[in-house]
Amino acid sequence: MLKALSRRFLRDTALIVVPVIAIMAILPSFYSNHLLLFNFVVFLTLAQGVNILYGFTGYLPFGYVGFFGAGAYGFSIAVLHLKAPPLAALVAAGAAAGALGLLLAPLLRLSGAYFSIANLAASLAVLQIISNPNLEDITRGPYGISLSGVFNPTLAYAMALMILAATLLFVAYLRSSNFGLALQAIRENLFSASMAGIDVVRARMIAWLACALVAGFIGGVFAWYVSVFFPETVFGAEFSIFAIVFALFGGTSTLLGPIVGVVILYGVYNLIGVSAPQYFQLIYGFLIMALVLFLPNGLTSLLQRRGIDVP
Amino acid sequence: MSPDNAPLLAIADLVKRFGGFRALDGLTLSIAPGEVLGLVGPNGSGKTTCINVISGLYPADGGEVLFEGKNISGTKSHHLVHLGINRTFQVPKPFLALTVRENIEVAIAYGNHPKGLTDAEPLLESLRLAKVADRRAAELNSAQQKMLDLARALATGPRLLLVDELAAGLNPAELEWVGGKLKELARTGMAIIVVEHLMGFIEQVTDRVIVLNAGKEIFEGKLADAVRVPQVIEVFLGGAHAA
Repeated sequence: MLKALSRRFLRDTALIVVPVIAIMAILPSFYSNHLLLFNFVVFLTLAQGVNILYGFTGYLPFGYVGFFGAGAYGFSIAVLHLKAPPLAALVAAGAAAGALGLLLAPLLRLSGAYFSIANLAASLAVLQIISNPNLEDITRGPYGISLSGVFNPTLAYAMALMILAATLLFVAYLRSSNFGLALQAIRENLFSASMAGIDVVRARMIAWLACALVAGFIGGVFAWYVSVFFPETVFGAEFSIFAIVFALFGGTSTLLGPIVGVVILYGVYNLIGVSAPQYFQLIYGFLIMALVLFLPNGLTSLLQRRGIDVP
Repeated sequence: MSPDNAPLLAIADLVKRFGGFRALDGLTLSIAPGEVLGLVGPNGSGKTTCINVISGLYPADGGEVLFEGKNISGTKSHHLVHLGINRTFQVPKPFLALTVRENIEVAIAYGNHPKGLTDAEPLLESLRLAKVADRRAAELNSAQQKMLDLARALATGPRLLLVDELAAGLNPAELEWVGGKLKELARTGMAIIVVEHLMGFIEQVTDRVIVLNAGKEIFEGKLADAVRVPQVIEVFLGGAHAA
């Protein structure tokens, strides 16, 4: 069993992780819109973060952006108040998201839509706290953050790639390990999972914190890369919506699905979404409706139906 | 029960309430290693509730559950599995999106099999699931899902197995085979509590039965003797037949 699982990990790494990281590392040499490439890396990471939680445990985090924003502010506060260098500040970004994950852990007692709505409300609450003018000395309140002193897009992009690589490897691990199997068992049935000997609370918590850390670290790198932002920028609902839609569009529980979702939908968004947003919304709407109606398990389910083990 | 055949599980004055309804009302029972005990009674008599409390799904509201002499009331289900207790469900609850093999492998990985079971193959063969091992559990028929539920429980190496209406919906040949399988497990020293409505199956597999009504024991002994007790006849068939 272990040998088969290790083979799967190696196959997933060779077919998906290495090529994706290599392509995203090379592309800046050939394509000048580095901000767009950076955003692709951000959404590739966030979509995999959603994949970790939803794909493996069944919890759909409508307020996923809360961890992203917490990471961005954790990074910024470390830089502004502790004068931390960016790499050390990234640890603060992860710590902020992890702490928020621990604080919100009781939400995991909820299920289905109740969890999703509570998670959304929690992220909005965090936004309100961060942008509170009374906290201006700490968070700059509603007036936004400026980190021009540490601006280094090249290094920030490299760090984003490393976070993406780590996230992809973690998903590959989940797909090929007993722990990943345990999470999927929990997603399928809590009671049976307990009776399979799985500590449901502990396993679920690990997945929850992992998905929080992914968003927190990439949120920290986002703050570093853009350097100037407002609370609404890093707590914007579109981050959650995009990450969820991209992951579901491609197909969760796979490495490939969320990547396909990001490439197609974020690609379409950038091809026509900026120049002709009215058409973009129309096309986006049709794509999502078609998906829900005909491929509720995502594009990769087309291959899975034919018995193909999608990486 | 002889003195050197000490009970593996002993329940004393067990109470479980749902609002004002007492599903278990001071139930006391025990089972020794290698014994097969039948729990029978009309719907709502507390049979499944008893299994749910023993397996940690419901907390007890009173009384105690002793496993090898230790009070396990309030212990979480996965800890009970590691102690050597497992169960099947009345409506099988396999991990539908996983393959049959993965269903068993995850229980092997997270259970605590005393013989260090590492391979799903023996269980797949033993429970006639080998041919469907690589199919998703959702594709199995209900009888196969029941066997998979049993396989998931056995993969953790239980010393006490709680079987909740495993026989319902099986054809006569399958019933005889499953009954034989349970008796085979009991011969290895496994204690088995069987909740069942099919009296023929109960007669085939159990050493003794406890008849429940309204959460209380009204009879304990051989099934053949139970049918001569007026109170038992009354709860199953109504007062007129008991006269």
